[in-house]
Amino acid sequence: MTGQDLIKIKKQYVDRVKSEAKSGFVTVDVHMGTCGIAAGSQKIFDAIEKEMEKLEAKNIKIRSTGCAGFCSMEPMITVHVPGKPSVKYGKLDAKKALEIFYSHVLGGHVKADYAMSQGLEKPQHRLTGK
Amino acid sequence: MKALYQLSLADKVELVETDCLISCQEGPSIMLLPSGRVAQVNPGHNFTAWLIANIAALYHSPHRPSISLRGDAEIPPIEQMGFFSKQELVVMRNRGHIDAENIEEYIAHDGYMALYKVLTALEPEDVIKEIKSSGLRGRGGAGFPTGLKWEETRGYKTNPKYVICNGDEGDPGAFMDRSLMESDPHAIIEGMAICGYAIGAPQGYIYVRAEYPLAVKMLQTAIDNAVKKNLLGRNIMKSGFNFNIGIYPGAGAFVCGESTALMFSIEGKRGMPRIKPPRSAEAGLWEKPTCLNNVETFANIPQIIRRGADWFKSFGTPESTGTKVFSMSGAVRNVGLVEVPMGITVRSLIFDIGGGIKGNAKFKAVQLGGPSGGCLTEEHLDIPITFDSLQNVGSMMGSGGVVVMDDTNCMVDVARFFTQFSVDESCGKCVPCRTGLSVILSILEKIIMGNGVPEDLHELETLALHIQKTSHCGLGQAAPNPVLSTLRYFRHEYEAHIYDKRCPALVCTDLIHFEINADNCKKCGLCAKVCPAGAISWQKKEMPVIDKIICTKCKSCIRACKFEAIY
Ligand SMILES: Cc1cc2nc3c(=O)[nH]c(=O)nc-3n(C[C@H](O)[C@H](O)[C@H](O)COP(=O)(O)O)c2cc1C
Repeated sequence: MTGQDLIKIKKQYVDRVKSEAKSGFVTVDVHMGTCGIAAGSQKIFDAIEKEMEKLEAKNIKIRSTGCAGFCSMEPMITVHVPGKPSVKYGKLDAKKALEIFYSHVLGGHVKADYAMSQGLEKPQHRLTGK
Repeated sequence: MKALYQLSLADKVELVETDCLISCQEGPSIMLLPSGRVAQVNPGHNFTAWLIANIAALYHSPHRPSISLRGDAEIPPIEQMGFFSKQELVVMRNRGHIDAENIEEYIAHDGYMALYKVLTALEPEDVIKEIKSSGLRGRGGAGFPTGLKWEETRGYKTNPKYVICNGDEGDPGAFMDRSLMESDPHAIIEGMAICGYAIGAPQGYIYVRAEYPLAVKMLQTAIDNAVKKNLLGRNIMKSGFNFNIGIYPGAGAFVCGESTALMFSIEGKRGMPRIKPPRSAEAGLWEKPTCLNNVETFANIPQIIRRGADWFKSFGTPESTGTKVFSMSGAVRNVGLVEVPMGITVRSLIFDIGGGIKGNAKFKAVQLGGPSGGCLTEEHLDIPITFDSLQNVGSMMGSGGVVVMDDTNCMVDVARFFTQFSVDESCGKCVPCRTGLSVILSILEKIIMGNGVPEDLHELETLALHIQKTSHCGLGQAAPNPVLSTLRYFRHEYEAHIYDKRCPALVCTDLIHFEINADNCKKCGLCAKVCPAGAISWQKKEMPVIDKIICTKCKSCIRACKFEAIY
């Protein structure tokens, strides 16, 4: 590993994310710090994953990311649809998460009832530039 | 149709063939009624998924149409939400944003660039100079200048040297370090490696409490991944610099967060602080020069190196630069982890970010610094949060726990809670802490039970000051702070307990009469309904009566009564 390799890894990763975005990849981040898991985020992760398997969904990515900081809104997820602002959802359970999955992730309609906010915190940004 | 059955929607949705709805090149589409939403096939999805998705967008549950009651436009942009907008993410920039188990994601967000810069372009002295010039002070509580500590450790010639990351996080109500270790472990690892290079140490240890299993797992995964990519280990990035990190899970003793006790704990000895000097920088772990910093301190390092000391100094105040992460809990509306620039006021922290006090209660006090800190009141709300300003009013920054209290909290009880914690966690080495704190606790308990006498307050004060002055380590020296600060700002509450045998916040059960105040009672009978013991009898339009023999003093009635009629 050299500095060049580091930059290469970064570039390859960003390129991959960009090409995924181009082909319509939707990313679901489930915030799974200890606090999120205690509030039930593992159940949400499992429910979405199971549904994805059932539907053989190909261009959806589910990630477990750390705590997003807002304990009283846990469990939380963030949905990133290419070209649209990311949406954070809070106070979920597996049932609500599936509603979001069908409506927003698969269908492209933000599930506004459970949405907390749109956009990302500064200085966070999507690697796709949007 | 099969998909509709799967969702048990078959009898709720009618499928009708129609003419072309939108332009043909857009592919097959459906229109959902009554919303009139047109949805189209997304090429990547299989047909079932597509159908389910679009129909479920309208009717998810068989009982309730899932048309959103709010329009998309009503979802507030994140910059307009008080909780997020006032925060300044430096150390927590990757929170909830990257998958910590995937090192490539960290690298894609400029991870390990600082280590690369250090190894290829900077001498150890330059690194230390940059950290010194950033003004970074330790985030573990004491606020010692980090650059100075590194310089001192570098100055000793004994080898090998060690880097230790303090992830013990023992304060009740603090969870900043845990969250950092779980969500961005590579930032800590990178910071430690930079420290190792700066002071000339080949080995680092992360001391994490074993009650944080997820943090341990994330750190271990991160270390393994970094080793695989030669970002840790031998000859890192072909620079000739070697650095390894091991994890040491601690058994969760508060005192093991104290630097010398922590080092004994790693050595396999009993975790008890020792007398300094020698300072750890001279003779720390295995009596070798050791640089110990807090998790958050290390997480700041890569960004200071990458973006420069001046950038870092643009946050905060001249004496307290940068940001600080606080874990805010208690009576505030928005409980969570907040990172704010130093110098922000306590008011802004609690009211802008915390969203103010939950329910209809009123702000009463805020405890900063956990069991070692003191409480602040309404009059302190406009104090800027810096290391020095808080100390001046008898509180402290501490590691960042913020516990907000409203008028349903009894301050004597709060003091008892924190003192109980310190008594439990005292290592027992020195008398003032071991015995003195127990005596304080027994006096507080006596007052809470209604047996307090006027001399108690004086005795509490003298004893607390003695313990402060004569205890061996920071635990004992700081443990009386909750008692002293509540005595200073809420003396009237102590007096109410002692002279009037009354707990104004109705917390101390022994001082509650469980009687009805006829002036306030509206005879609504709610208390009788909620009483789980059936101790309250009530007839319509009559005052309820509490049977004190059956009453278990659970206080359900007090919480339920909207008119403060039970005392
Ligand atoms: C009783 C006691 C408990 C402590 N607990 C912690 C802790 O949990 N985490 C921590 O970083 N520092 C803790 N400290 C402070 C450490 O002794 C030390 O000052 C600090 O970790 C140094 O790192 P810093 O300069 O980066 O802040 C504690 C100190 C005392 C006296």
